[in-house]
Amino acid sequence: MSIEPIAFWGLAVVLLASSLAVVLTRNLFHSVLYLALSLTATAGVFLSLDAEFLAAVQLLLYAGGVVTIAVFAIVVTERLVGDRITQTSRQILTGFILSGALLIGLLAIFRKSPLTVPRPAVTGDLTRAIGQSLLTSYVLPFELLGVLFLAALVGALYFARPDD
Amino acid sequence: MTLQAYLTLAAMLFCIGLFGVMTRRNTIGILLGIELMLNAVNINLVAFARFLGDVSGMVFTVFTICITVAEVALGLALVILIFRIRRTAVADHLDLLKG
Repeated sequence: MSIEPIAFWGLAVVLLASSLAVVLTRNLFHSVLYLALSLTATAGVFLSLDAEFLAAVQLLLYAGGVVTIAVFAIVVTERLVGDRITQTSRQILTGFILSGALLIGLLAIFRKSPLTVPRPAVTGDLTRAIGQSLLTSYVLPFELLGVLFLAALVGALYFARPDD
Repeated sequence: MTLQAYLTLAAMLFCIGLFGVMTRRNTIGILLGIELMLNAVNINLVAFARFLGDVSGMVFTVFTICITVAEVALGLALVILIFRIRRTAVADHLDLLKG
C-alpha cells in the first residue's frame, strides 16, 4: 500500500474533525485556533494535489493572515465588553437537517454520475504555469485585485479611525 | 486518490461550514463558518484543475484566497465597528432596520 491514500485519509480526518470543532466549540478563541488547524490541513490537501505554490499561499494568507485578524478582533471585542465571550448556537436541529440534506444530495449526485477522470502526470512546473497564466490571460483580474486590495485597505482604515 | 474522493471531502467541509453559518449567533462565528465554506470551494477548484490538467482552476484559487483575506479584514473591521456602537456581537441583536 502506497503512502498517498494514508496521507489523504489522515489529512481528511484532521480537516473534518477540526472543522467540526470550529462550528461546535463554545469558546470563540478555541474556534479560531481550530480554524487555523483546519486551514493548515487544507494546505496539506493542496500539497497532495501537487499545488505547492497554493499550499504556501494558503499558509501565508489564510493560516497566517486570517487567523491573526480574527484573534485581534476577538481580543478587541472582549476588551470592549469586559468579559469572555462564550458563544451559543441556535436552531441546531434546523441547521443539522438542512446541511445534512445538502450533503446527502451532493453525495447522491456524485454516486449517480461518477467522475472517473484519470489523474494526469504533472507536466512541467505548475508554479511557473500559474505565474505565466496570471500575467498573460488573467492580467486584467490580477490588476483589478490590486484595486480591490487598495479599496479594502482604505475601507478598513476608515472603519478603524478613532472617533472625532 | 480519485477526483471523487476530493469532491466528497470538499462537500463535507462545505456542509460543516453551512451548519456553522446557520447555527452560530456570534458574528465572528458566522464569519468563521463562511471561511470553511470558501475553503471547500478552493479544494474543489484545485482538484478539478489538477485532474483536468488545466491551470485556470489554480489561478482562480489564488484569486479567491486573496479576495477572502480582503473580505475577512473588512468583515472583522465591521464587527468591531458595530461592537463599538451597539455593544453586541450577536447577529440577532442587529435589527436596526426592522420595521
